[in-house]
This record gives sequence, structure tokens and C-alpha cells, in this order.
Amino acid sequence: MSRRNDPIEALIELMARLPGLGPRSARRAVLYLIRKRAALLVPLAAAMQAVADSARPCLNCGNVGTSDICEICQSEARGNGLLCVVEDVADLWAMERSGVFRGRYHVLGGTLSALDGVGPDELRIPQLLSRIEAEGVSEVILALNATVDGQTTAHYIADQLEDRVALSSLAQGVPIGGELDYLDDGTITAALNARKRL
Amino acid sequence: MYLSRLTLSHFRSHKRVALALDARPVAIFGPNGTGKTNLIEAVSLFSPGRGLRRAAAQDMARRPESLGWKVTGEIRGATGLHEIGFVSEGGSARQVEIDGKPASQIALGRLARTLWLIPAMDRLWIEGAEGRRRFLDRTTLSFFPDHAQLALDYEKAMRERNRLLKEQVRDGHWYRALEAQMARSGAALNANRQAALLRLARAQADATTAFPAVELELVQSEGAMPETETDLRHALEESRFRDIAAGRTLVGPHRTDLYGVFAAKGVPAAESSTGEQKALLLSLILANARALAGDIGAPPILLLDEVAAHLDAGRRAALYDEICALGAQAWLTGTGPELFAELGARAQMLEVTEESGESRVSGAGSAP
Repeated sequence: MSRRNDPIEALIELMARLPGLGPRSARRAVLYLIRKRAALLVPLAAAMQAVADSARPCLNCGNVGTSDICEICQSEARGNGLLCVVEDVADLWAMERSGVFRGRYHVLGGTLSALDGVGPDELRIPQLLSRIEAEGVSEVILALNATVDGQTTAHYIADQLEDRVALSSLAQGVPIGGELDYLDDGTITAALNARKRL
Repeated sequence: MYLSRLTLSHFRSHKRVALALDARPVAIFGPNGTGKTNLIEAVSLFSPGRGLRRAAAQDMARRPESLGWKVTGEIRGATGLHEIGFVSEGGSARQVEIDGKPASQIALGRLARTLWLIPAMDRLWIEGAEGRRRFLDRTTLSFFPDHAQLALDYEKAMRERNRLLKEQVRDGHWYRALEAQMARSGAALNANRQAALLRLARAQADATTAFPAVELELVQSEGAMPETETDLRHALEESRFRDIAAGRTLVGPHRTDLYGVFAAKGVPAAESSTGEQKALLLSLILANARALAGDIGAPPILLLDEVAAHLDAGRRAALYDEICALGAQAWLTGTGPELFAELGARAQMLEVTEESGESRVSGAGSAP
């Protein structure tokens, strides 16, 4: 079964490298694809080829799309002056899933880390600064992770923008459907400090 | 709080140990090199950190097999009974389980408090500031379980800043962002330490004890520690040019030292006699335990390695009386049972022997 240069083995080996899959699940998936050749395998291969040919980062915001400027950046309706800064494309997609935010995004592509050799230029921070005037941004929302690196990056951006535009960050506290008993001290402290008048 | 059950599997010199215990002190005796300290090292895992030898998980595996090891225990305290387990397989890091579920070091710190005094700390007052800072932070952590996270956050931001300094980066925004992080965790770190010293001072003042009181003070290797978050942020900003020249951060709580004075004599701890220095540390451990007993409703577990041998009979009896009055499960080690004669039936005795490279534990509490 494990012949070298066997295309099936090669496919299994590639699939096993995907996040969330291992050798065992990759083998199952490949077997399933072969059984569903017409319904799944052929369209999947075609879809993958199409994505491989067309996927590229949006030159403006860093989102992943199939054109140089992504749909969100192209949409006039979303140029409402709100700009949400996120670490990663996955964060952008998470925000989009909620369907609540109707402004535009800026994907940094990571967080500042001198130890990992990631500086402002690696993070598309200069592009962010130039977008403020170019797109008439009125408020920048910093939606970065609550880690030391995430907060350092948020502080870094805020430090450069504070006189130019309104700044805000996502609230920290009790998750919806969460129980107080299960929260750590830091989250409870943050939630208490950001309490709302009823 | 106390351990009511302890099992060791392939942990250092112990192949298999299963102990059933009650809340009384545990006196462990046996010749040198039989594995007494290994036993209390296993108990020291029941608090956040790397245990009393600060060893890596792979070094705790029994040789020559080096198969990985497991320590489990049942701890009874103010929050009821909890099963706590530590496992390391194939040289991997130690995993903590509380009541059968994977848990964090911080969760462990909330349930179990363990304080120790070991021979390696004998020179604490005269050696470098790093050891005293570690002692200070362990004491602080025993009162404030969030202290460890603050220390990690501070350390992380400082290492980032030090890298900028070394590479002579001139981006002021980047420094400010890191300094803001350092100031926030650093000021909280310092406040925790101050609060811990205050509790120790109160616990010493309120007690009648045979051990000498120590006056403690936090000192900086240079200048004064900025008190508030804002002060610390400004101090870091002001120090930036000097720091670039030095290639590292010169102000902040990582430069704090613990200064102790033998209160009755007005002599710095570092200049006291060897025996007095040990008595001062013992005094602090006991004060820490008393303060914690008041805080969390139960005294912490104490680990006193080779302490009995260094005390004269009078001081030894006084130590045992204090431990019993406190109600602490203190784990004491010594070479012979005569060192624990004054404890009598107030303690459970364990004898540790060694046969062909394998430790054996026997005594009142050991199960076959």
C-alpha cells in the first residue's frame, strides 16, 4: 500500500499536513473522496486549482480574496469611516461571521515581537497609517488579542494615531452565556472595571 | 491543608510508593542518599513552579529506565478534597491534573500552598540577589496566586524591550508600547510584594515564637523603585538612553532585592552567624504559614529538609511545638529517629532505606 510515488499516498501525506488532520483522518478523507469521485473529488480538485490560480491578499487591507482589492474594500457601503484592526485573516472572518460590523478591516498579519524579528514594517502598520487619510477613517477599532504581544501592538498603533482619529478597543469581560464561577480573576477584574450602568 | 494520600511512580529514586497519611507532621528518617529529599521534592510539586530543586521534568524520571514518572495525591483543605496528579512521559513537560481534568499552574496555586526550607537556601542572605528575589516571589505567590502571571507578563515585555535595546532600535512608539506593558505588570508585581512583606511583618508581631523576628525591606540595586504604574512608565522612558548603552533594562522590579535585619540585634541578616541566618529563614517560613492560615483558613504544607539537625534540642522542641500549634502537615527529614523524639506521637514516622538503587519507604502511614 505504501508505494513511493503512488499519487494516492502522496495525497494522503499532503492532507495529513492540514491543520486539524492527522495521518489517520487524512487516510479516511482520501478514501471517502475516491468513493465520491464525481460528486466530490473532481469538483474539489477543480475548486482547489481555481483558488490556487486566483487567491491573493487584498492590497488594501490584507484580507484574502480572488482580486487585488477585496469585496469589502470595494464596497462603497462599507466605507462608513469605521476601520477594525485585526491580527489575522481568521480574526477578520470571525468578525464577518457575526455580521454586525459594517465597516472595513485592516489585517496586520501578526503582532509586534522583537524576539521573533517582527517589527512594524513586517506588520503592514505603515499601510494602516496611510489609509486613515486616504479613506477618511473616523474611528479605528483595535480588535487584538489580550496577550502581552497583542496589547503591545495595540498600544503601539494607538500611540501613533491618538491625535489623528478616534480610537477604541473591544471590551473584555464575561462571555455571553458564560458563568462567573468559571472565570479567572483577570477576566472578572476587567469585567468589573468595564461594568455598565443599567 | 494536608496530603491524605501520596503515590510516586518512577519518581527519582522511588519506583513505587503509596502512602496513606493524616494531618499530623511527617517525620522522615534514613541514612544519606536514600531518597528522603526526593520524597519531599514530590510534595513540593503541589504548588506552582518546578518544585524545590527547580528541576526539569525529565530529570525527575527514575534512572536508568527514564520512562517518565507520575505523582498523585489527595489534598484536603478549606476547599474540600481534591485529587491532584502530575505526569511526565518520555521527557515531556509535566502535566497537571486536578480532579481528573487537565489544569493550569494557576489553578493549582489556588488549591495547594506549599512552603519549604532546604539546605540550598542556607546561603540565601549572603549570595546573589536572584535567590532572595525568588524567595520573595515564592512568598508573595503563596498569598496572591495571580503573582505568577504578572511575573510572566513582566518578564515577556522586558525581554522584548531588551531585544530592542540590544539591536539599538530607535522607534519610540515601540518602546512606549512595551514600557506601558511593563509598567502595568511591574507596578502590580511590586504592590503584591509590598503587601506580602506587610503580612509577614504582622504575622511576626502577633506571634509568640522561639524564633527571632526579621525586619524585611525591599531595596533596589540602584535608586528607588517607582511606586505607581505612571511613575514606573516614566522611569523606564527616562532610563531608555542609559539602557541602550547597557543593552538591558536598568530600572524596575527585576532589580529589587530583599534586605533582612535580625530585629532583636539590629544586625543585617547577611552579617549574622550561620546558625542565626537559618533561624531567621525558619522564622519567616513559620510567619508565612501563620499568615496563610489566617488568610485561607488552613495552614500550608511545610517542607523542612535537614532542618532538625541544625537546631539544638531546645530550639528543636520549640519548632515542633510551633508546628503542632499551627496544625501544619510539616514534612521533616533527618538522618535518625532520635531527631524527632520530641515529636513523639504528635507525628507520623516514615523510614527511608535503599536497596540496589531503589528507595523503600516504610512506617506507620505506608501502604503495601
